Amino acid sequence: MANNQKNYDFHKESHTEPLEINMGPSHPATHGTVKFYLTLDGETIKDIDVEIGYLHRAFEKECELQHWSGIFPYTDRLDYTAGVLNNVGYALAVEKLIGIETPERCKYIRVIASEMGRLSGHYTNLAACAMELGALTAFLYFVEAREYLWDLIESFCGARLTHNYIRIGGLTSDLPDEFPESTEVVFKKNEKLYDDFAKLLLKNRIFLDRMRDTGGISAELAKEWGFSGPCLRACGVPFDVRKSEPYLVYDKLDFEIPIGSTGDNFDRFLVRMDEIKQSIRIIRQCLKQIPDGPINVDDPMWRQPSKDDINSDMESMIFHFKNVIEGQKVPEGEVYHAIEACNGELGFYLVSNGSGSPVKCRVRPPSFPMTSALPIMVKGSLLADLIPTFDMINLIGGECDR
Amino acid sequence: MIGVVDLIEVLVKIGFIVVLLVGVFAPVLTWVERKQSAVMQDRIGANRADVFGFRIIGLLHAAADAIKLIFKEDFIPRGADRTLHTLAPIMALIPAILAFSVIPFGGTYTFGDREVNLVIANLDVGVLFVFAITSLATYGVFIAGWSSNNNWALLGGLRASAQMFSYEVTMGLTIIGLVMFYQSLSMVEIVAKQDIFWHWGIIWHWPAFILFLACAVAENKRIPFDAPEAESELVAGYFTEYSGLKFVMFWTAEFIEIVTISALCVVLFFGGHHIPFIADAKLIDCFSSLGANIANLVAMVIGVTVFVSKLAIIIFLQMTIRWTMPRFRYDQIMKLGWKMILPLSLIWIFVVGLGMLTNLIPRI
Repeated sequence: MANNQKNYDFHKESHTEPLEINMGPSHPATHGTVKFYLTLDGETIKDIDVEIGYLHRAFEKECELQHWSGIFPYTDRLDYTAGVLNNVGYALAVEKLIGIETPERCKYIRVIASEMGRLSGHYTNLAACAMELGALTAFLYFVEAREYLWDLIESFCGARLTHNYIRIGGLTSDLPDEFPESTEVVFKKNEKLYDDFAKLLLKNRIFLDRMRDTGGISAELAKEWGFSGPCLRACGVPFDVRKSEPYLVYDKLDFEIPIGSTGDNFDRFLVRMDEIKQSIRIIRQCLKQIPDGPINVDDPMWRQPSKDDINSDMESMIFHFKNVIEGQKVPEGEVYHAIEACNGELGFYLVSNGSGSPVKCRVRPPSFPMTSALPIMVKGSLLADLIPTFDMINLIGGECDR
Repeated sequence: MIGVVDLIEVLVKIGFIVVLLVGVFAPVLTWVERKQSAVMQDRIGANRADVFGFRIIGLLHAAADAIKLIFKEDFIPRGADRTLHTLAPIMALIPAILAFSVIPFGGTYTFGDREVNLVIANLDVGVLFVFAITSLATYGVFIAGWSSNNNWALLGGLRASAQMFSYEVTMGLTIIGLVMFYQSLSMVEIVAKQDIFWHWGIIWHWPAFILFLACAVAENKRIPFDAPEAESELVAGYFTEYSGLKFVMFWTAEFIEIVTISALCVVLFFGGHHIPFIADAKLIDCFSSLGANIANLVAMVIGVTVFVSKLAIIIFLQMTIRWTMPRFRYDQIMKLGWKMILPLSLIWIFVVGLGMLTNLIPRI
């Protein structure tokens, strides 16, 4: 008996066994549709198995069946909180493969559009995180901010969620005339909502306790797992595609890359909060610097010409016919181009054999590496810590499962 | 021997309380919660339910809810314990209403040679009775989680029982200082002693009030202490598998508990039915020209109105807390209860004791 006392193993002696439980796919916290197979000891996560793929819709195969320009609507559905960013990423990759450069005004508008996408994505993410931690009021403040932003996006592309705004070699439409003024009005409102949101959460002890020191990861591990975006920057690694490999006109703009220090959920939250400020700053600069001029490449071979040109210009009419029936004949080759999306590096790897459709259209989804690292971030912590960690990873089913 | 008139009097009081709680407060609070959150969140709030085109600022939603939930299927999951599953919501609801029986919602009034005391049962140990009864609600919650044969419900039930047990202890300790101050455990006596404004609990015991309110919200399992039913973690916690009228019972129990807790706050800290600076006798005097009976009646109506108004303010405070805060983690709730509020309430008892010993705090 005395011997037993010494090596007393509570779990063995009390005949308890871990609780195995399915969290998801239809669970309030597993939005984006994912399933966690949890092994719980009381409330502590002993083991977690992440099962993705519930939103798999054969994106890559679908792309092989579409013309190059018909893929844009599919890309909208990748990260559906920021559809226009995916448009930009895909268009830039195709343009790199073709070797064309869009006019300056187009580049500025693309930057404005992608930063609005980033704003929308961050608003959604931060709001969802607040809601899942119980702060419904904060959630609705950012949803309201997002609504105003979507009104703005609607004013130049006509859609609120799936924008389908960018084209190979240009855009579908120019910005409306009163755009700078309406943007300023919206930004004024949104900055107020931002302050309210920050006041409700950032100094709230309950919120700090929930976010600090949970779901952390070291910078080395984060790099090894292939992190990018806010989750990597929260670890203190100043990696941002907009700075390290500037595309569009990001090298002409003055903005900062907010970085964290500890890599925990609160740092990720703060990095995103700061990025909202930076995005607004970028858009304001763009609206000041934006030159007049055409928004499309003047080459009917790549950018569909205007209706007037089609009716009057022989070459335009031929290319319009050929491009609609056969698709643009993108030259043979392969290309990888990455942009900075809401969650990190969104890369498009395209292979062309010279036909009207891609042979391969592979997407590097930024949230996939983070999702695969979720077990090492939450193992040993409490069930409740899974919620903010999963929120800050910001798994978007459409992007991760494709 | 209890007389017929006494019986009628008690039945009228019980009827008043039950109608007030189940018939008025529970449905109106669902409306208040919707509308108040809507105002706080820049929304319009529920306003779609209408009868022949009349919407009455969304008040009909309470009726619509009731009708919808009554006609819902009463679902009992396979493998669940049918008896306990049915019993649990009843066990949660009854203590919530029962606790109100010792809470005075008015003073004592004389009609002819008859004294009417506006409390259903004037117990000498009213405070203890309330705590004893509210802790019974734990059984309902725990049995609900246990009998549902659902892992999320079980986790919710475990969290709820641990939380409610812990805060039960702490909540009791937070008002010991108050009991020492009034030297009584009877609710009626405590209220009677707050006739003078300077004897109100909040003036002498505001630290206890803060601690008590924190415990009370935790006991209610509302945000920020709603870990047992955290919808993002445990789906709906212990009532995940409940639908229809049984769900209504849990829902009603939660709202009635809000009222009960607020009533306790009003009685213990905010002078019950008393208007500041106007003693009961003075109030009756004001209307003495109408005759003694009518003066008493008017004072009674005023007293009850004042009590209900104070109640509404405290409820409003609780709702504001609910719509402002995020949710604690389960272990943080425990830490807060045992390591912060409990020591603080012990310190407060010590401070009050010291104050009374040195006569810095008066004995009343």
